[in-house]
Amino acid sequence: MNKPVSVHNIGGYVPMIDGPEKVSGRAKYTADIVAPGQLAGRIYRSPYAHGEIVSVDISAALAVPGVVAIVTGADCDKTFGVLPVARSEHPLARDKVRYRGEPVAAVAAIDDAAACEALRRIKLTVRELPAYFTARDALKPDAAQLHAKKPGNLERDVLFELGSIEQGFADADLVREGTYNCAEVCQNQMEMHAAVAEYDAGRDRMTVHASTQVPYYVHLMLAQILDMNMSRIRVVKPHVGGGFGCRTETLNVELIAALLARKARGTVRIVTTREETFITHRGRPETDIRLKIGMRKDGRITAVECECDQRGGAHSGYGVVTILYAGSMLYAIYDLHNVKYVGKRVLTNTPPCGAFRGHGTVDIRFAFESLVDEMARELGLDPFAVRRTNLLNAPTFTDNDLMVNSYGLPECLDWVERASGWTARRGKLGNGKGGLRKGLGMACSHYISGASKPVNWTGEPHATVKIKLDFDGSIVVLSGAADIGQGSTTILAQTVAEVLGLDLGRVRVITGDSDVVPKDNGSYSSRVTFMVGNAALDAARNLKAVLVKAAARKLDAKPEDIECLGEVYRAGAQDKGATFEEVVTEALKDSGTITVTGNYSTIPESHGGKKYRGAAIGGTMGYSYSAQVVEVTVDEDTGVVTVDKVWVAHDCGKALNRLTVEGQVQGSVWMGMGQAMSEEVGYHEGLMVTGNMLDYRVPTIQDSPPIEVGIVESNDPHGPFGAKEAGEGSLAAFLPALTAAIADAIGIRFNDLPVTPDRVFEAIEKRKRKGGSA
Amino acid sequence: MARLLECWLNGRDRADAVADNVLLLDYLREKVGLTGTKTGCDGGECGACTVLIDGRPALSCLTLASTVQGKHIETIEALGHEGDLSAVQRGFHEKLGSQCGYCTPGFVMATVGLLRKNPKPTDGEIMEALGGNICRCTGYVKIIEAVHHAMALQAQGVAP
Repeated sequence: MNKPVSVHNIGGYVPMIDGPEKVSGRAKYTADIVAPGQLAGRIYRSPYAHGEIVSVDISAALAVPGVVAIVTGADCDKTFGVLPVARSEHPLARDKVRYRGEPVAAVAAIDDAAACEALRRIKLTVRELPAYFTARDALKPDAAQLHAKKPGNLERDVLFELGSIEQGFADADLVREGTYNCAEVCQNQMEMHAAVAEYDAGRDRMTVHASTQVPYYVHLMLAQILDMNMSRIRVVKPHVGGGFGCRTETLNVELIAALLARKARGTVRIVTTREETFITHRGRPETDIRLKIGMRKDGRITAVECECDQRGGAHSGYGVVTILYAGSMLYAIYDLHNVKYVGKRVLTNTPPCGAFRGHGTVDIRFAFESLVDEMARELGLDPFAVRRTNLLNAPTFTDNDLMVNSYGLPECLDWVERASGWTARRGKLGNGKGGLRKGLGMACSHYISGASKPVNWTGEPHATVKIKLDFDGSIVVLSGAADIGQGSTTILAQTVAEVLGLDLGRVRVITGDSDVVPKDNGSYSSRVTFMVGNAALDAARNLKAVLVKAAARKLDAKPEDIECLGEVYRAGAQDKGATFEEVVTEALKDSGTITVTGNYSTIPESHGGKKYRGAAIGGTMGYSYSAQVVEVTVDEDTGVVTVDKVWVAHDCGKALNRLTVEGQVQGSVWMGMGQAMSEEVGYHEGLMVTGNMLDYRVPTIQDSPPIEVGIVESNDPHGPFGAKEAGEGSLAAFLPALTAAIADAIGIRFNDLPVTPDRVFEAIEKRKRKGGSA
Repeated sequence: MARLLECWLNGRDRADAVADNVLLLDYLREKVGLTGTKTGCDGGECGACTVLIDGRPALSCLTLASTVQGKHIETIEALGHEGDLSAVQRGFHEKLGSQCGYCTPGFVMATVGLLRKNPKPTDGEIMEALGGNICRCTGYVKIIEAVHHAMALQAQGVAP
């Protein structure tokens, strides 16, 4: 007989436990739910950018054969929004329309053709108002207000100065300033938004299947919008085809589906088009940054002054948080003092922005790392050396009271410097044929492992996981955490299996049905591995204690003498022990079906400070860190930039699953590449003109470089097994590392994104005209 | 107007009344109930709906169902052998060529089409064959590894 041993489940390369469903087409996404008798839902959207609604005439649409119900703003006077302080949005516009594409009415019909025909017959009459498509225009003193409660179209302004920038700049040997513009970008996840709402008229109950990252928030907003008791609502999250932040708040799609289903007294499925998915938006806002840095000759940063304007779109969404993150996350990566930040979140007549991967931190990091790189060059310093001069001395608290414990940035720098051959290769890459120029650039970034305070503060633990164990001996993990492709379900299974020493095959994870699983705040701010992982760890330990107690009774030993070896529990090495099944049978005698709960709450020290209004934003239990080196070839004859290779090191605390950590890091680097090089949401008079995947240029496999990942494990004292986040922190560094590499190759630095071939070509031509070297 | 569409779908004969303007994609998903084939865009932009028509990868969102009269259609549901994942499916699963999974059926079918024609493609040939498929999760690095893994499995005799 083999010696009994615990099975180890963390730290290896573990394919996702729901992978077989995905590669076989069996995984059901919301749009795949086809029920008999289900109605097709379609949304009528405003063709006007800004106007007072005079009338919405649906009489001709109602006469279309096959139309069952039509809802308009008149059917719902409630508002929704993710932040309790900023719920300004109606699911269907009332009184005013504020952007082109805003939902105004919706139709449920027996088939899609009838629904589309009805849309053509809806007549919207508005009194047009002046519309603003840039933050600058919306801020003009005489601009018409988008929202009555937001004078000056200012959603939120942020101002803080910690330390003295006057003193800091006086202490500097070099002071430089730069302005930066980052275009608006959109998540453009592969699955278009969809919702299926089933209204049980007899019982007055509503079931909604939604493609969401936050089923609990959807539940809350459905109750508010439908004015229904929460107990009558059930929210199911099927497989979700990506999100990257656009689904971290309730979207109008699921709310409209529910309003339609109730009015039609049946089941309605809405599957939006790709263009509608783009217009639903919640992407990263266009951002203008003015940044000034003071630096000593040795590279030490003495002062930072930063102004940041974000074009937020027509509704708040996460806007207040986004503009706060951009300021607070200047900190927690380097040792900074004397920092002033002025942020403006502006309301404009464009679709609402939201929380895109790397929320609030990406554009600001681009500006910061770019200016540091430029100043290092001017001072004749190696950019790695400048970063090392400004490292934090962790554990520590930053000037804005952010708690930093584990800090693997130094090791990240070492890894990418070595792996890329930086020292030997930089400046010595040579040039290719014709106009081909090669260059290397580097940069760093960081991100939080879950916001330490939830959006809806209820006093409950931040995360809760339950485990059920019954006669069959299978470990059933119940969690509300939304797997949207990042692999959280697999991480929870691994965590529980690791504690119990069992093979993954014994573990099942049930998620995403509010009737069954405990509430979870959702998949945003990279919180799941850290917070839900810790709750799963707690639950598994509680279950193990139950089993150990039962084993002790069965083996007539003391619980402290029981050794758990997964499939065998024994009292000492000589004991034959009892099998897992025997122990389960014994344990069931106490209580019948065993259910245990695990909880996790953040500690108050992680909650940020009170030095300025909103200073809690940025607080987390652990920051991830990333360093990157990007190698490019620039074709000076065409302006085409090719990324030849990326080396990235990511401090994720502890890699619970090296395969998914690598996948997350590669995915975020690549998404940063899209923003840096080709992606841009464009408007013409407020009409989105890039609402498809040809005009919104996502890099293809042929545009995409090899990305070599180094995993740095700083073992966070609070993370589950030491783990921190892996899915966001590496996005931001790509942008400045790319522009640094281009500057290294051709001597031109780009401060405006995306760096498209026409921009590069134009800059090269401009230099030629000025008589510079070509 | 509806006509009788007769085709060979995943190895079985089908005969369905299908309107002239119905796309192959909607026929598969809504009429037959094979929802493994995904809708990812408004037409021809993303590759999520890739199926094989007479063995060749094609976008079912740009194909009218009526044009596959008498042809052999293969979707993601046709893969696998006696309940086991096929070589390409295992490649994508085991090397994490699939994260959210939404683009996966399209990538898998495009890869199957490639490997049937060319069992040992170079990286350049892989990238060319998959150049019309968009993935938003992986950055494609592990998709290329997945195809290599599939090639190795296929060489060991695992059904493609």
